Amino acid sequence: MPSSTTEYGYDSKIEGDVVVTRVDAAINWFRKQSLWPMPMGLACCAIELMAAGASRFDISRFGSEVMRFSPRQSDVMIVAGTVTYKMALAVRRIYDQMPEPKWVIAMGACASTGGMYRSYAVLQGVDNIVPVDVYVAGCPPRPEALLDALIKLQHKLQNEPVLAVTKPAAA
Amino acid sequence: MPALEFANQLRAKFRELVSAPAEFRGEVTLTLADAGRIAEVCEFAKKSLGFDYLLDISSVDNYGDDPRWTVVYELYGIAHGCHLRLKTNLSEEKGELPTVTSVWRTADWHEREIFDMMGICFRGHPDLRRILMWEGYPYFPLRKDFPLAGKPSEMPDVAFTKKAPLEGGPFVTLPGGKDTITREPRVRVPEN
Repeated sequence: MPSSTTEYGYDSKIEGDVVVTRVDAAINWFRKQSLWPMPMGLACCAIELMAAGASRFDISRFGSEVMRFSPRQSDVMIVAGTVTYKMALAVRRIYDQMPEPKWVIAMGACASTGGMYRSYAVLQGVDNIVPVDVYVAGCPPRPEALLDALIKLQHKLQNEPVLAVTKPAAA
Repeated sequence: MPALEFANQLRAKFRELVSAPAEFRGEVTLTLADAGRIAEVCEFAKKSLGFDYLLDISSVDNYGDDPRWTVVYELYGIAHGCHLRLKTNLSEEKGELPTVTSVWRTADWHEREIFDMMGICFRGHPDLRRILMWEGYPYFPLRKDFPLAGKPSEMPDVAFTKKAPLEGGPFVTLPGGKDTITREPRVRVPEN
């Protein structure tokens, strides 16, 4: 009888000590379970980002609880909030400092499109300066929406080639 | 002591420079004929009348009229609890008036904001730099002739701006419409 601590993902009775897979799939599997975010909190969306990290929603269930405040240790930049033109090049610079491979989540209406700020002072979507992988709708999005975006990103990068072709650097 | 009495004292001191106090909903407003003497009047209001707290300085763009600028000072005395508003007009050609930072130090950032957004200069200000936009941004965004969508600009390694897509906007609501489509039109031209 299996006890409550048995791991069901891998059955040693059937598979023995051998796991057959592709290296790409294995590496991506490792990667997607520990995406370390760069919390680019610029406005009220950052409050929902904090809520996603706190105990009620608990982003660590998806392996992303290690918020890195250094871009050099981050995998995914979560742009949470209004990107003003004054901040735009700073965001780009932080993105440039992140090591490859790297991904970007545009969290909320402002980061995705400029949101309600059709204004002289606000960048009309962070995709003007960095390549975005997942856009999250909402003003601000609920933490569940951010967790959904994270899962979508995990699905996306599961199928990215690792050894066959290296991910091209963003233009 | 009500604010009206302070206004009359100010008038007694400066005579024809200060207009008759206008009272609206309990708030007293004085208009100064010469913007060049604002610092002097403020100095007296603080030292002799006890207006020790400058609440705010704001500016108005009367685009199309002359004089184009109005600068508004909101004064308050913590001890006596009275509020007084000083207004002064300024032509576009002049575009400069004396700073009141020597009277209230808090005027520093208020005046920088007006300089940044409206382009009005304050003579004698200790540090008249932009405060919200970056150094080198070529426009004054709160002027009436500046478009809401902004203008393109480029400051290498500092910042850039582009024109925002307004898609026929700016978006405004029309109260009283029967449904959302009439209340919140996608596009509203000035005629309707």
